[in-house]
Amino acid sequence: MEKPERLIDENGRRVDGRRFDELRPIKMEIGILDKSDGSAYVEFGGTKVIAAVFGPREAHPRHLALPDRAILNCRYHMTSFSVEERKPLGMTRREVELSKVIREALETVTFLEEFPRASIDVYIEVIQADGGTRTTGLTAASLALADAGIPMADLVAAVAVGKVDGQLVLDLCDVEDKYGEADMPVAMAPRFNSIVLLQLNGRMTPEEFRKGLALAQKGVSEIYRLQREALKKKFSSVPPMES
Amino acid sequence: MALAPKRSLTAKIMRDKIYNLLLQGKRIDGRGPRDLRPMSIQTGLLAKADGSAMVSMGSTKILTGIKVEVGSPFSDRPDEGIFTVNAELLPLASTSFEPGPPDERGIELARVVDRSIREGGVLDLKKLCLVEGEKVYVIFIDVYVLDYDGNYFDPALISALAALATARIPRYEVVDGKPQKTGEYFALEFSSLPFTVMIGVIGEKFLIDPQIEEEKVLDVSLIMGADEKGNITCVQKNSPGQVPLDLMDEIVETVVEKTGEIRRRFLQEVPVKLAEQK
Repeated sequence: MEKPERLIDENGRRVDGRRFDELRPIKMEIGILDKSDGSAYVEFGGTKVIAAVFGPREAHPRHLALPDRAILNCRYHMTSFSVEERKPLGMTRREVELSKVIREALETVTFLEEFPRASIDVYIEVIQADGGTRTTGLTAASLALADAGIPMADLVAAVAVGKVDGQLVLDLCDVEDKYGEADMPVAMAPRFNSIVLLQLNGRMTPEEFRKGLALAQKGVSEIYRLQREALKKKFSSVPPMES
Repeated sequence: MALAPKRSLTAKIMRDKIYNLLLQGKRIDGRGPRDLRPMSIQTGLLAKADGSAMVSMGSTKILTGIKVEVGSPFSDRPDEGIFTVNAELLPLASTSFEPGPPDERGIELARVVDRSIREGGVLDLKKLCLVEGEKVYVIFIDVYVLDYDGNYFDPALISALAALATARIPRYEVVDGKPQKTGEYFALEFSSLPFTVMIGVIGEKFLIDPQIEEEKVLDVSLIMGADEKGNITCVQKNSPGQVPLDLMDEIVETVVEKTGEIRRRFLQEVPVKLAEQK
């Protein structure tokens, strides 16, 4: 992947033609896998992610079970062919770290107290990476939890903001992430006006940081709307139960 | 596979106590909400390491050692030296750490320290190239948590920077394609000096640099870094929980101020060779 001459042109357009505050085309589908209890497919432009949830089910190994609530396991993983240079099999340090911060974001909104001694397992597979895989993965995982019928205080919606050519932009693609000055993944629980995942790679002034959070919030509210729409679409088409 | 940490049974009582004290502007160890613990920095204490530092904040204690080798550069950065950060939460530091390869907490610590140094622009890696595309300096920064009384992030970065700043790097030359020591040493130049501050949120209040009793009952915690120009250089939300958006402005302000305080203390103890500003 070559560094483009400019990441933002004289008309304020980005490498893929978007404006600074525009999201990529987003696709969300709920319940795409058969054997898991809940699943979702989410696409942000070239980033494509599948998430699936198992549980609540008996915790394994059993000594890990907690008397007062379920444990939430989470694995964020990239397939070997999701990136330009083949990723070796197994978990990299990056994947271990992202699994942790994604799990912590999901734990925050999930009523784990409802299921003592159980485990809820969340698996995220990135099948194509084009920037924003952790935020897309988290957005998908939140939908998969909802699809599995696990009670949650809110959905989690996530998006990255970044700085490219000195300008704040929403929803970084891979080129912008790689050659930009900063990448800040943000996840929020919109009902609570709170942040559930926050990382920053790169440098921003405090003013840019503040504006970046506001830009993320704008993106999050759109993603949140699409999430609810996707859920409604699936569950409004379920045929009524026969009496 | 990531696992949720267990909640302590006494946590709720302790949380109420810490929260009520915080409402009065107090902490269980007598500090104010925005006070750092006393800090000490010792450098150059190990002869076999090319650089070393022991840093304590309160009774949290971190030892960092630097080892330098010559190796091949990454193919996408043929003219740059390499550094890697590893971190281990040693079993002698806490009953909550177990022997074995680094778990997700150790990996997170290493990656946060790595990002702080890398994205903070501390080292000019181009100066660590010997032969472009062939041989570069490889710096191993290994961080060990020796005693864990809360917040290992901030002292870990301080100790990594102190070890780097005081490291005596053996100078190599490449003869017939093979690296050889010249017998000379050089010091690394710093282009920037970022530090981090750990923020602990309880209810609508927050404190900094939590000790272990506080850390256990925080609603949520964040690590945030800033450099000498007041830029935010690193952020990591590192525990479950929600950070109220309304708190962020005050948190940023506190981080810029407190990293400044750490920087002043650091520069009193550690000689830093500053790179010429471009």
